[in-house]
Amino acid sequence: MSHLSAATRHRVAFTLNGRPVSLEAEPRLLASDALRHGLGATGTHVGCEHGVCGACTIQIDGVPARACLTLAVQLEGRKVRTVEGLGPAADRLSVLQASFRRHHALQCGFCTAGILVSLDAFLHEQPHPSEEELRIVVGGHLCRCTGYTPIIRATLEAAEQLRSDPSLPDSSHV
Amino acid sequence: MVAGLKVAVENWPMAVERVRYVGEPVAIVVAQDRYLAEDALDAIEIDYAPLACVVDPIASLASDAPVLHENAGANLVSDRRFRYGDPEAAFGAAAHSVEVSIAYPRNTGAPMETFGVVAEYEPHEDAYEILANFQGPFSIHAVMARCLKVSGNRLRLRMPPESGGSFGVKQGVAPYAVMIGVAARVAGAPVKWIEDRLEHLSAAVAATNRVTTLKAAVTKEGRITALDWDQVEDCGAYPRAPEPATLYRMHGNMTGAYDIRNLAIRNRVVLTNKAPTGLVRGFGGPQVYYALERLMQRIAVELELDPLAVIRANLIQGGAFPYRTASGAFYDSGDYAKAVDVAVADGRLASLERRRDEARAAGRRYGIGFAAAVEPSVSNMGYITTVLTAEERKKAGPKNGAQATATVSLDPVGSVSVHVASVPQGQGHRTVLAQVVADVFGLSPAAIKVVADLDTGKDAWSIASGNYSSRFAAAVAGTAHLAATRLRDKLAAIAASQLDVSPGQIGFAGGAIFATGNRAKTLPFGRVAALSHWSPALLPDGVDQTIRETAFWAPPQLAAPTESDEVNSSLCHGFIFDMAGVEVDVETGKVRIDRYVTMHDCGRVLHPAMVDGQIRGGFAQALGASFYEELAYADDGAFLTGTFADYLLPTSTETPDIEILHIETPSPFTPLGAKGVGEGNCMSTPVCLANAVADALGVAELNLPLTPARIAALIASPEPALPAANRDRPASLGTVKPGDRTLRGEGMAMVAATPEAIWSMLLDADQLASIIPGCHGVKKLSETHFKTDVTLGVGPVKGRYKAEIKLSDLDPPKAATLSGSVSGALGTGGGSGRVKLAPGEGGVTVISYTYEAAVGGKVAAIGGRLLDGAAKAIIGQFFAALARKAAPESKRTGFFARLFGRQT
Amino acid sequence: MKPAAFDFIRAGNLSEALDALGQYGSDARIIAGGQSLMPMLNMRLAKPAVLIDVMGIPGLDAVRREGDTIVISAGVRQAALMQRPNLASELPLLAAALPWLGHYQTRTRGTVCGSAAHADPSAEIPLCLVALDGEVRLRSRKRSRRVKAGDFFVGMMVTDKADDELIEAVTFPVSKPGSGHAFKEVARRHGDFAIVGCAALVTPDAIHLAVAGVADKPQRRSFPLLDGSALSDALNAFAWDLDARDDYHATARLRRDLVRSLGRDTIKEALSCRT
Repeated sequence: MSHLSAATRHRVAFTLNGRPVSLEAEPRLLASDALRHGLGATGTHVGCEHGVCGACTIQIDGVPARACLTLAVQLEGRKVRTVEGLGPAADRLSVLQASFRRHHALQCGFCTAGILVSLDAFLHEQPHPSEEELRIVVGGHLCRCTGYTPIIRATLEAAEQLRSDPSLPDSSHV
Repeated sequence: MVAGLKVAVENWPMAVERVRYVGEPVAIVVAQDRYLAEDALDAIEIDYAPLACVVDPIASLASDAPVLHENAGANLVSDRRFRYGDPEAAFGAAAHSVEVSIAYPRNTGAPMETFGVVAEYEPHEDAYEILANFQGPFSIHAVMARCLKVSGNRLRLRMPPESGGSFGVKQGVAPYAVMIGVAARVAGAPVKWIEDRLEHLSAAVAATNRVTTLKAAVTKEGRITALDWDQVEDCGAYPRAPEPATLYRMHGNMTGAYDIRNLAIRNRVVLTNKAPTGLVRGFGGPQVYYALERLMQRIAVELELDPLAVIRANLIQGGAFPYRTASGAFYDSGDYAKAVDVAVADGRLASLERRRDEARAAGRRYGIGFAAAVEPSVSNMGYITTVLTAEERKKAGPKNGAQATATVSLDPVGSVSVHVASVPQGQGHRTVLAQVVADVFGLSPAAIKVVADLDTGKDAWSIASGNYSSRFAAAVAGTAHLAATRLRDKLAAIAASQLDVSPGQIGFAGGAIFATGNRAKTLPFGRVAALSHWSPALLPDGVDQTIRETAFWAPPQLAAPTESDEVNSSLCHGFIFDMAGVEVDVETGKVRIDRYVTMHDCGRVLHPAMVDGQIRGGFAQALGASFYEELAYADDGAFLTGTFADYLLPTSTETPDIEILHIETPSPFTPLGAKGVGEGNCMSTPVCLANAVADALGVAELNLPLTPARIAALIASPEPALPAANRDRPASLGTVKPGDRTLRGEGMAMVAATPEAIWSMLLDADQLASIIPGCHGVKKLSETHFKTDVTLGVGPVKGRYKAEIKLSDLDPPKAATLSGSVSGALGTGGGSGRVKLAPGEGGVTVISYTYEAAVGGKVAAIGGRLLDGAAKAIIGQFFAALARKAAPESKRTGFFARLFGRQT
Repeated sequence: MKPAAFDFIRAGNLSEALDALGQYGSDARIIAGGQSLMPMLNMRLAKPAVLIDVMGIPGLDAVRREGDTIVISAGVRQAALMQRPNLASELPLLAAALPWLGHYQTRTRGTVCGSAAHADPSAEIPLCLVALDGEVRLRSRKRSRRVKAGDFFVGMMVTDKADDELIEAVTFPVSKPGSGHAFKEVARRHGDFAIVGCAALVTPDAIHLAVAGVADKPQRRSFPLLDGSALSDALNAFAWDLDARDDYHATARLRRDLVRSLGRDTIKEALSCRT
């Protein structure tokens, strides 16, 4: 048993996009704030802090999770991926990201990080998604700009590309 | 922060002495991080003295309504009547008069990114530098500087190059920017504030709610000869600048897409105990077109005409442009009849009608709706002054125009940068500006660098600058084109002198500048573009610096309002025609959108994917306004929708794909022929969907949002009765009318103790302490007045509150009234109950009680769904404890049995 | 929206968790998936002094069959249960209901037992527990006990669980041959709290209908195999007895209407898919 006192900060170590990271966190520090303010990984956005909007969605051990409903201390020892880890390199986009760009699947881009992270996980689970399945998955996010249709189209096209050429620069799970 | 209205209303960025709406800032905590700041907020105790409040705009007009601002004397802060043509004569002569009454609800843009401010104060300069995700309009800059008591040049406002959406709303960061500026001055350090979602939904910016009565004088063929508008605009607790702009933005186009020469308008602005209003996508359009296009449908229904035929009969005809409306708008271009024809063609309308007929034949409720709307863009900043009389305007001095600015510059290696006085919030400034400027210079868009941030201390801007009123494509991109063209003409002169040809022969393409017809005479673009840096002496005669051009563009069509209140409120007027087929599920009250077609004429389309993106996004927000979204208040002023679990935005499962169509009639008034397109569907879609629902259900009166409960109520048949066997149970708990959040209940208990024994408990502080749930000891202030601290809660929800309890109307030992109030960090509550004690047989006392209670503050805004049950449980706990204390073994029946089923 | 301060205890085994619960009682909350608790912490509706994390306890992520019962331990995430290969034959009601529970992105974290502990009157897991007459297995340092679902849920977010008790598991009876199940709900949007949720279990001699979103806890009623107007009357009586209230999202009238109509549809579907 470990008992982390509220009054002090505790070292939390985990893997962020393949690299070991650590920070000092009070037990109450949200994972979203740990990423943004503790580690400077500001790609993860914060839109509601009550788990509805999905902007802060990250992957913990490969599955999507709301960073605002996760405590930093719960990341201890986990493998965390954020939008910064989706592209194969800092100046390259993943297949899904490139498709979003082609289809104008983002306008202000604020919700996009979370949606990409969700869809990245879902496409690994379900390489043959139907439009309806994608609408339900994207339904766990709020986008106020696009009206969603371009997001769905971009994802359908990306899924097809990934199926037809597995060597494409898909974000490999780290 | 006082608006253009001449009213005696003090408008501070935070409450002074009196709080007028839930969410109004009452304290600022500056701490090292937000966690600590919220700890401190929890520790603040505020002793509120409740005042009467009013949330309904019509109620606020009543002579006995509580007045929000005593200096103003009344809640009605503006009442103006306008008359164009001869509306009285037209109504007198009309075969029919048709009328609709609308209560348009409050909603908001709810961008996914909330407000953010970083402010610094330099005491030696008495100057502020404020970074905020503001988007203009920069008329507010003057207001902010005045608030901070500095001259405009001592408020340097910086806006970042990326902003997570706005839809008008980010204009509302202004009062917070002022407050954080003050906080930085007081703290002697830079201060950062990121708004959270509760703060945003409760107090950022709301669109106005409006009560409208609209009448039409109609010929027997369905031709409208006059309109008579009566609009009561609710601006919330303060008429915050630039309000009442929402009411006047549409003033020139109050006749919509129709050729109607006689027009009467009465505009009233009222204040209520709700958050102040401001810019929200559509800005006045949804409120106006909801009334106007519902009226068009009602004319068809009442005159038994085809609704589309009524629209067509009244449209402004194609040859009439530019067209001056009755109230002074100068519609730049259009061909409305053609747009309608194209929209319904290719079987689109026929297939809707077929699907309707099939559905109805199968007994399902299917309806078709239409809406035609003129979408204004590029606002005339002078329209706001229409709220003043001509005389007041004369005194205030002229205000008009929509000046836009853009700068194009060349660096020493000849690469091109663009900067405009408008920061993007998702509209694609960088993509579109790069394309527009690249086309001028014959470069690829990738070669252009668009610098999208904005700094009022360094960049070119005007009071009309900003990203609002859909002015980017029409005004801002056009001005960038002007600046680029000026620079190109200079480059052409330089190249002509170098290549020894006339400037008229110079062409730009593929990264080169050349003499047309003689490709041997070609220079790399970069070489010519860099010349003014490296070798100004080589500039030909008559050509000055060729490094940077800033264009200021001010369209002459945007004049100030005339003596007779005619105003060209916007430069551009696009056209939209929408049609929808919907099916209503009578059991659930839910509406399924079967087909949605939207036809747009936004002049020249600069970037098709961007235009369609605006249309889809506007449609989705309009879908929210139609079915899901409302910033709701209870009658007692409690705000009810402070989270995304209560303020519902459409998701991808609710948002259908739509069919988008275009025709293009370029605007003769803008540099590129483009018009705005960002807001149109927020104006046309809610009423198109409502018209379809009205058609499906055959109902006349219909207000948004069309929630399942509202729709079900419209079509409900008499309810199956409560079975006779159940009729002896206690009256149902619950509210009696919408907006009334009072919890009411009653119950009874049989207690094996005498009335006198129970009575003495109620008057004994120690006994009360053991009855009141979560009580930390009772302090007796008088025989009938007690003070205590209580920890109240259900499940994990717990909070500590200060409570007061009073006993009144004492009738010992038979009856007493218990009134209580609690307040704490989670909110406030209050209620009263009448307790009656009656002796029964065998030493048993029958305790019966009725109560009323209401809960407000933060807990109402975020936990409303759970609140009624929680309050009921806590009240129940009190009476249960009373009964238990009086007679530990007594049998409880009725209400207690249901509340505490496991205990009986 | 930031939580108030709390201590965080990572329980390495069950007895550590129970010791901590025994020590801190009502000042402590269990955190498993956090999907219900965290929003309340962020909004400071809940301010526990101590959070006890049970997700590191070995073996707590097990779903196992004990005879005719499926036992779902405290650490089982909703998404993991959905992926159980035989779920549709063992627990067809849960297979139908789980996709309605929150969203893909919350089911990956949220646990089945956590949803039961939260006792939201609109939630799907409590509804299914009540519909199938499942049990909640509670354990403290001193004792362990089993409570029928109908007794476990007491009111709005209030359960029979004592402050020192942990929900060790919830159990559902395996679907029996000849029975039929159906789940339906009406919400404002997909994934929202239900305005009304209905879960029906039809056995060879009875209809059991449970309703969420109306009373302050899910409630079940059993009828003989009625149909026609007799069923309508029974549903009408049930609708009135649930004592529906108006709230911001729906009226009491709509809720009663939905108990009558959605209830009938749910029963009809359960009848049609009897095995």
